[in-house]
Amino acid sequence: MIESKNSKRVLLKNGLIIDPFNNKEFFSDILIRNGKIDSIKKSIKPEKDYEVIDCEGLVITHGFCDIHVHFREPGREDKENLESGSYAAIAGGFTQVCTMPNTNPVIDSPESIYFIISKSKNLPIDIFPIGAISKNQEGEKLTEMLLMKDNGAIAFSDDGSPIQNSQFMRLALTYAKMIDSPIINHAEDIALRNEGVMNAGSNSNNLGLKGNPNSAEAIMVYRDLLLASQLKSKIHIPHVSTKESVNLIKNFKKGNAHISAEVTPHHIYFDDSSINSSNYNTNLKVAPPIRSKKDCKALIEGLKNETIDCIATDHAPHTIEEKETTFNDAAFGMIGLESCFAAVNKILVKQNKMPLLSLIQKLSTNPRKIMGIESDLFKQGSNAQITIFDPDIKWIFSQDSVYSKSINSPFLNEELVGKVKFVFSKNRIFFL
Amino acid sequence: MLKSKHLIGIENFPTNDLIKIIDTSFYFKKILISEERKTDLLKGKTLVNMFFENSTRTKISFTLAQKRLGADSINFTSSTSSVSKGESLKDTILNIASMQIDGAVIRHSHPGAALRLSEYIDGSVINAGDGSHEHPTQAILDMVSLKEKFGRIEGLKVGIVGDILNSRVARSNIFALKKLGAEVIVCGPSTLLPSEAKKLNINFSYDLDEVLNWCDAIIALRIQMERMHFGRLSSKREYYSKFGLSFERINRIKKDIVIMHPGPMNRGVEIDSKVADSENAIILDQVLNGEASRMSILYLLLGDNH
Repeated sequence: MIESKNSKRVLLKNGLIIDPFNNKEFFSDILIRNGKIDSIKKSIKPEKDYEVIDCEGLVITHGFCDIHVHFREPGREDKENLESGSYAAIAGGFTQVCTMPNTNPVIDSPESIYFIISKSKNLPIDIFPIGAISKNQEGEKLTEMLLMKDNGAIAFSDDGSPIQNSQFMRLALTYAKMIDSPIINHAEDIALRNEGVMNAGSNSNNLGLKGNPNSAEAIMVYRDLLLASQLKSKIHIPHVSTKESVNLIKNFKKGNAHISAEVTPHHIYFDDSSINSSNYNTNLKVAPPIRSKKDCKALIEGLKNETIDCIATDHAPHTIEEKETTFNDAAFGMIGLESCFAAVNKILVKQNKMPLLSLIQKLSTNPRKIMGIESDLFKQGSNAQITIFDPDIKWIFSQDSVYSKSINSPFLNEELVGKVKFVFSKNRIFFL
Repeated sequence: MLKSKHLIGIENFPTNDLIKIIDTSFYFKKILISEERKTDLLKGKTLVNMFFENSTRTKISFTLAQKRLGADSINFTSSTSSVSKGESLKDTILNIASMQIDGAVIRHSHPGAALRLSEYIDGSVINAGDGSHEHPTQAILDMVSLKEKFGRIEGLKVGIVGDILNSRVARSNIFALKKLGAEVIVCGPSTLLPSEAKKLNINFSYDLDEVLNWCDAIIALRIQMERMHFGRLSSKREYYSKFGLSFERINRIKKDIVIMHPGPMNRGVEIDSKVADSENAIILDQVLNGEASRMSILYLLLGDNH
C-alpha cells in the first residue's frame, strides 16, 4: 500500500462509475478538489497540477462501509488496534466501519465512546463506535444509551454475548427507540448452542466435534423480530447463518421498515464440509458457525432477493497462538476486511449472477442507510470516499494482502476474483 | 350534594362532582388560613383511615382534615393490624365495617383495593392510592393548585414528567385534566411510558425541553432508582441529564412555568433543589391545598350538606 501525498486535485479518468445511491452506471471522469467531489463529467481535461489516475477497465464507486468489525482496542492491541484495523479496511476498499464494543473494558459508557471517537480522528477512515446494550455486556443493566448517542454511538449491541433474557431484550429495544438507534443482537440461544464448536450435522458427527444447531440462531432471530415488530423498534440481525433465519426475516420484513440483516462473506463462501478430518481448520471456527450447503444457498438467495440488506465482515482478529491449537480450544472468529470484496464478488457476481451494482449497494449504500450514515456520496461537494477496483482479475489471496495485525483468515491461498486498486478517503489516496 | 357516594377514582367520577369539590376547596382553604382553622361540619361522624401501605403526608393530611371538620377518626396501618397476623383483606374490612363507621380512607398496594372496600361497607370510601391505579385526592389537590394559580383549568397546557407507567398520580391527573379541558403531554424514558394508551387520548414525548417550552405547568414525578435493576433506567446521571428539572434547563426556557411535585421529592434526581425551592415552584402550596381539598371531599361526601 502506497499513500500519495499532496494531491490537491485528483482526476479519475476513463473509469466505469457505479453510483449505488442513485442506481446508475455510466462512463465519466471525476474531479476531486481538496478532498471533495468537485465534478463528474463525461470528459474532464487535466490541468498541470492535477494528479491523474487512469481508471481504464476499472470500476469507480463509493467507499465501502462495514458495519461489523472488531478492532480489539482497548485491551487486545496485540491482535488489532484502531490504526491497524483502519489500514486493513482501506486494503479492502472500506472507508467507514462500525466497531463492536466487546473490547476490554467493554465500550459501555459515554466516556468509552468518546475514547474511540477521539482516538480515531486522524485515522484514514471514519470509525463509528457501536456501544454495548448492557453494562459489561452482562445482559442485566442498561447502558446510558442516550448519553452514549450524544457522544457518537451509532448503534447498540452486545455482540459476542447474546442477550438471553427476553424481558431485558424487550426493554433494550424500547429504550433505544428514544434515539432511533438500531439494536444489534447476536442471535443465539446459549443453551441450544450447547458448547457447539461447528455446525451441527453429519460433518460435525464425523469429526467428533460438538454441533451448534440452526435452531440456536433461528429461535432467537424469531424472538427478536417479534419483539421489535411489536414495539416498532429498529432491529438489525447480524451475521445471519441459517436458512430458517432468512425465511423469518423475509416474513417479518413485509411492510416493516425497521428490520435489517447482514451476512458475512465467509458464511456464503464456505460450508461446513470445508472443515474436514484432514484439516480441522481452526481458521474456519467462527460464531455463528459455517453452516451447510443448503444454508449457504439460502443466504445467497436472500442477498439476491433483498431479504438480506448488506454484507458485513465480522472482522475478528486473533493471535496465532489462539488458532494454532485444537479445534475445541481455538478462538472463534476470522479477519475479513481485506478479502471481502474479492470473495463476495466471486461468489455472488461471478458464480451466482448478481448484478455488480446490487453487490455494491450491499457494501455501501445499504449498510450506511441501516446506520443512518450519509449515503449519497457522489453529491457535489461531499467528502470523497471512493473505491476503485478491477472487477475481473483473478488472484491468490496471501499474507501480502493482509494489513491486520492478525492473519487468521481461511481465505489464504484461495483464488479470488476482483481486486481493489485505489481508495480515496479523508483526503488521502491509497494505491494497493 | 354530590351524585357520588365514594371517591374511588377520577376516571368514573362525574365531572360536576369534581368541579364542586374543587370549588368548595377554596372555601376550606379560607378557613384553614383564618385564625379559627376548625369547624364542626362533620361532628358526630366516625372515620377510619386504613393504610396498608406507607404514607406520610397523605395520612397526616387526611387525619388533620378530619380533625378540622370535627369528625372522629382512627388510623390503622397494616404492620400494626391483624393483616400481619394473616387476616384477609375482606375480613379486616368486614370487622371494621361492623364497628358503625361513616366512612373509610384506604391506601393499598393493589389496584382495585378501594373498589373492593366500597363493596363491603355501608359508608363512603375514599381512595388514598391503590397501587399503580389511581390517587384521586392528589389529582384534586393538583387541580385546586392549578386553578388557584391560573384561575382556570380549561385550556391549560400541563406536562407530566417521570415514571408514567407506574404512577397513580399521573393516571389520576391525566383523567382530571382531560375532564376539565386541559391539554396534557406526558414525558419520560420510553421504558417508563405506557406502550398502549390510546384510551387516555394524550400525547407522548421523549424531549423534556420541547415539553417545557410548550407547557404552562409541569408536574415532576418521583423516580424510584430501583427501576434501574429491572432494565428500565440506565443511571441517575442519564435520567437527570435527559428528564431532570435542572436549573439550567428551566433557565433555558423563555417563559415562566409553574413547577409542581406530589412528593416525596428526590432532590438531584428528578428535580434540582434550586428549582424545587424557586418562586415558580408551588410544591408546598400543593400540600396546604391537599388539606383543604380533603376537607372539601370529606364534607361533600359525608356531611349533611344540602
